[in-house]
Amino acid sequence: MQLVTTILIDGLIDASWIFIVAVGLTLIFGVLNILNIAHGNFYAIGAYVAANAVGMYYSGSNPPMLGLLAMTGAALAAAIVLGPLLERGLLRFFYHRDEIVLVLVTYALFLILEDATKLIWGVNPYYAYEPYGLFGNINIGRMNYVGYDLFLVGLAVVIGIVLWLGLNRTKSGKVVLAVIHDREMSSAAGVNVTKIFIVAFTIGVFLAALGGAFTAPKISVQPGLAVMVVLLSFAVVVIGGLGSIEGAAIASLIVGLARALAIHLAPWAELFIVYLVMAVMLAVRPQGIFAPTALRKI
Amino acid sequence: MSSPSVISFVAALTLVMLAVLGKVLPGWCVFLLVTAFAKGLAALGLVLIIRSGLLSFGQGLFYCAGGYGAGLLMLWGGVNDAMLLVLAGGFVSLVLGAVIAPLLAGYRSIFFATLTLALSMLAHGALTKADFLGGSDGLNLRPPSFLGFQPASSAEAVYSLYLFACVLVVACALACKVHFNSVRGLLSLAVRDNEIRVEYLGSSVKRVISENFTAAAFLGGIGGALNAIAVAHIDPELAFWTTSGEFVFVAILSGYLSVSAVFAASIMLEFIRSFSSQYFPNAWQMSLGIFMLASILFLPNGIGGLLQRRKKRLEGSKIA
Repeated sequence: MQLVTTILIDGLIDASWIFIVAVGLTLIFGVLNILNIAHGNFYAIGAYVAANAVGMYYSGSNPPMLGLLAMTGAALAAAIVLGPLLERGLLRFFYHRDEIVLVLVTYALFLILEDATKLIWGVNPYYAYEPYGLFGNINIGRMNYVGYDLFLVGLAVVIGIVLWLGLNRTKSGKVVLAVIHDREMSSAAGVNVTKIFIVAFTIGVFLAALGGAFTAPKISVQPGLAVMVVLLSFAVVVIGGLGSIEGAAIASLIVGLARALAIHLAPWAELFIVYLVMAVMLAVRPQGIFAPTALRKI
Repeated sequence: MSSPSVISFVAALTLVMLAVLGKVLPGWCVFLLVTAFAKGLAALGLVLIIRSGLLSFGQGLFYCAGGYGAGLLMLWGGVNDAMLLVLAGGFVSLVLGAVIAPLLAGYRSIFFATLTLALSMLAHGALTKADFLGGSDGLNLRPPSFLGFQPASSAEAVYSLYLFACVLVVACALACKVHFNSVRGLLSLAVRDNEIRVEYLGSSVKRVISENFTAAAFLGGIGGALNAIAVAHIDPELAFWTTSGEFVFVAILSGYLSVSAVFAASIMLEFIRSFSSQYFPNAWQMSLGIFMLASILFLPNGIGGLLQRRKKRLEGSKIA
């Protein structure tokens, strides 16, 4: 029983940060129809700027809890700079091309940003451990968990609910859904599609950067972060269904639990369990768990 | 220009020119060409898939399978002959490709790309944890022999390997050139244009995609095996998605219209990488990315498209 609880909680903790990152990827795919390989780079940049922000914030005598706001602010600043710049300065020139070409453009962007982070932050690791102790330790059963990890679970739930409500219960959200369903018709009905694209891409970048920012206290921030994270996000988006927020939530749980199961019961499968689940899902249900209904245009 | 005799003559001439070039160039340059040829072979396989309108992000799987096939035959089977090793690598990948191809033939666009990516990463993860195959460190290989000839010095070994690679490249390029101009090869372009039309005309799209994928796997395996005996090492990184990304880079830069453009792009990649990593160790990926963006933007059909445009212009001026 203890093992089951441990696997469930570890899986939940893992799923939380994966969801925060992957939901940004699914949002970008839903609105802009781009499977963004550079999404992992936004995660890495979020982690770096957060590490800088944490370093500066905790060097003064500021209230410790507000350090979380500094991390959020750093991720937001990164998204506000990068989102509109990349969408307007690069991606829009390829919207008329095939979706595979757009994947290649983001692959090129991945290569550029991978080195850009090395040039800006160097190759030595950064540490931002201070926020990790903010919530102390919490006992669940006989196990001791770091409160910060459980805080991440709450943060992921809040982000999921806010995003879902924002898309489904607000006027602006419904406009975004209209663009997702039919870009041309929305444009004909007077929707400023360009603005929706910029905002959706920036929110996607922000979510990736936020995922990186809040993971930074748990890890050493160093080159190579983007490479693995983008694949985990891909797995989540593919399993859940491209463009589905509910799907991303369920798929994050599946991926998180699969990883926790592998770590505790079959460590030899840890490195490939996610890709196994992804391959099986693609073979059985290629459109993912929550496949959006496709309209046939004549 | 496309008749079999002309193509054979050009192939023979290319082989002679490459052999002479190998004698003139410095050793490091010749070795760089061998690795470029190995990657070019795998990228040529990818081009076969791209011709039918699909993109694989998992060509590294077959590159890796070929490398391990050749490597294990050398270490466990005691085989040292380069030709046997490369053929074994190609065969292992061919079998693997033939098994996977029917499953993949039903997928298109992003789903095809992500499934190939997942399969490649699955192999990477499994190999990393397989201690009996060297785990994440991989395995070191011995220097190969060439049809009974064992090079005595390192310079002789590099040149022998280069000659062997040239023969492989010219043979594969020749086969692909003939295939590109055949009915079967042109059917791939028809699938790219309109799948429904191809089905109505009585051909099976799934079969075309399966055949291309299996042939791509074979070429990937040959490339992987050549790379394995060249660097005398195999490890799971061969199946990592960034390795497949390099083949994608070469295929995009070359385009899908010309065979020779694939090797030109592969050589370009190796030289850019080699020089950039020496002079700008933290910016070589950036230069590749900028190069890739520029080629997508300004050369939508790659170097091959450029060559074809030039050829058509020359033919036009001759008629005039």
